[in-house]
Amino acid sequence: MSAALYLAWRYVARHRLQTLLLAGALAMVIALPLCLRVLVQTTELAMRDRAASTPQLIGARGSALDLMLTALYFKRQPLPPITMKQVQELRATGLGKAIPLDVRFHAQESPIVGSEMDYFGFRGLHLASGQMITRLGDCVLGARVAQLRGLKPGDALFSSQEQVFDIAGVYPLKMRIRGVLVANGTPDDDAIFVDLKTAWLIQGLAHGHDDVAATKDAVLKTESSNTVANASVRMFNEVTESNLNGFHFHGDQAAYDISAVIVIPNNAKAEALLAGRFLKGSIPVQIIRPSEEFDALMSTLFQLQSLALAVMALTIGAALAIAALVFALSFRLRRLEFATLADVGVSPVALSLTKLFEVLIVGALGLLIAAGVSLLVQINAPSWVRWLLA
Amino acid sequence: MISITDLSFAYPGSSFRLQVESLTVAVGQSLALLGPSGVGKTTLLRLMTGLLEPNSGEVKLGAVSLSRLNETDRRAFRLSEVGLVFQDFALLDYLTVEENILLPQRFGKEPLPPAASQAIRGLAERLEIDKHWRKLAGQLSQGERQRVAIARALIHRPRYLFADEPTASLDAVRREVVMNLLQDYIQENEACLIMVTHDTELISRFPVHAKVEDFTSR
Repeated sequence: MSAALYLAWRYVARHRLQTLLLAGALAMVIALPLCLRVLVQTTELAMRDRAASTPQLIGARGSALDLMLTALYFKRQPLPPITMKQVQELRATGLGKAIPLDVRFHAQESPIVGSEMDYFGFRGLHLASGQMITRLGDCVLGARVAQLRGLKPGDALFSSQEQVFDIAGVYPLKMRIRGVLVANGTPDDDAIFVDLKTAWLIQGLAHGHDDVAATKDAVLKTESSNTVANASVRMFNEVTESNLNGFHFHGDQAAYDISAVIVIPNNAKAEALLAGRFLKGSIPVQIIRPSEEFDALMSTLFQLQSLALAVMALTIGAALAIAALVFALSFRLRRLEFATLADVGVSPVALSLTKLFEVLIVGALGLLIAAGVSLLVQINAPSWVRWLLA
Repeated sequence: MISITDLSFAYPGSSFRLQVESLTVAVGQSLALLGPSGVGKTTLLRLMTGLLEPNSGEVKLGAVSLSRLNETDRRAFRLSEVGLVFQDFALLDYLTVEENILLPQRFGKEPLPPAASQAIRGLAERLEIDKHWRKLAGQLSQGERQRVAIARALIHRPRYLFADEPTASLDAVRREVVMNLLQDYIQENEACLIMVTHDTELISRFPVHAKVEDFTSR
C-alpha cells in the first residue's frame, strides 16, 4: 500500500502543473457554493442590522424595496420625492421622532445624504476628526469616502452634476469638508453628509449671487419691488463666510423635496397608529417597517440562492464527470506504464491502489484549495460585502 | 533450472505458431535466443516468464510450473524470483534512477536488507550509473536507460533472469561490461539467464543457443 501511495505521489509531484490545474478546477466547483453561501449570509447580516435598527420609514408610495434601499443603504433608486410637509405633519402628531433624508445627489459616485443633526445621534455616528456641520455648504465624510479619496477636514469636495447635458441645470457645489466620521462598517462609511438645506442648495432651490442692488451694471430692469438682473451677475458655486448672506431660498420650505423620513415611534402603540395613518391608498406616501421588507427581500434572495445552488450542483456534477474523464484518459494514456508494472510483478490490487491514490491526492489537494479559498472568503466577506454594497 | 515441455502457442486470428518440444537451461547456465526480427523471440521470452499463457504445454522455473499459478501468484513469483530487462527498458520517466531500480523491491513483500545498500551501490558503480543516481529516468540517454533497466532486473537477486536485447543501445566497451556482469551474476547466484539477441558477436559467450525460427511456423 505504501508503495502504491509512493508511486502515486511521485507521479502527481512530477506533474505539478497538470495536478494543480485539475485540483484547482475541482476546488473552484467545491468552493463556489460555499463562498456564495458565506457571501449571502454576510450580506444578510450586514443589511439586517441596519434594517432592524430602523423602526419605520416613510417615502413615496411605490416600491417599498426601493424606499428601503434608498433610505437605509443610500442606493441610487428611481424613488419619487416626498415633501417636507410630511415631516412637519408627522412631527405635529407627537407620535415619534422624524428624521428627514435626502439621498438624490452624489459627489464622485459617493451618495450625498442630506439630513438633520438627529441622524448622527440616531445612527450613533461620531467624529474621528474635525467638526460637525456648522453652516450651509459644509459636509462631513464617512470614513471610507475619506480614506478612498484621501480627503480630510479642510479639504473641499464638489457635488456631481446629475444631468450632464442639461445646460440649464444646477452647477456643482463646492462643499467644505468639516469632519470625518468614525468607521462603523455600515453604508454611513460610504456617504457624504450635509445639512438638508445644503442638499436643497445642490438641487437649486436656493442660490447665492452678487448683491444686485450694490452692482448697478448688473441690473437689467426694475419693476416695482422686483429687480431683474442681467447675465453679468456672478452666481456662487461655493458657500464662504463672505458670501454666506448672499444665499437665499425661494418658495415654501414645506414644499421642498426629500427622499424619505426615518420614523422613531415613541412606543409600540405609536408605531401601530402611525402604520394605520398611511394605510389609505389615497395618501401619496407609504410607511414601511424595514425589518419586514428585509425579510421579504431575503426570502426572495434565498429562493434565488437555492436556484443558484441547484444549478451549481449540476455544474459540480458535470465538473466531477469531466474530472473522472480526465483521470480515465490519463490512465489510458499511461496503460503501457501500468502494463510494465504488471510485467514486473506488481499486483492488480497495488495497481488499482496506485490509481486510486492519484485520484485521492488530486481530490485532497482540491479540497485543501477549496478550504483555503472558502476561508479567505470567510475572513474577507465583511469587507467585500461592504464594498459590494457601497 | 528452466524447462519447457511441449509448449504450443498461437495468437488468436494469426497463422503464427510457436512450438517447443523441449528446452532446458540448467542452474548457472545461459541461453541465447537467436533469430531475425519478428520471428517470435520476444513471444517465447514472454511465455517463459508467464507474461503470456501458452495454449498447451508447460514452463517450469525451478519447481514452479507457471501454468499452475493464477495471475496474482504469477505476478508475485515474478516480483520475487524473476528479473526482466525489457527491449524498450520500460522505465518510469517521473522516477529517479534510484527509484526505478528499487521499484520491484518497493512493491515486493520483503524489504531490502540494510546491508543490501552497499551491493546496490556496487552494482550502480559497475554499470556506471552511480553518478546519475538522483536524475530522473527521462533525463538519461538510451545507453544509460538500458543500464538502469539491467540494474532494476538484478536488484532483488532473481533466480531467473530474462533479457530482451539488453546490449542493443550500448557501445562495445559497455556491452562487454554488461555481459560480464550478467554472466558473473548467474555464476555467483546460481541463476539462469535467457537472453534474446541479434548480436552475433555475443553468441560465443553462450554455451547454449537456440534459433527461434526452428520453433515457429507461419
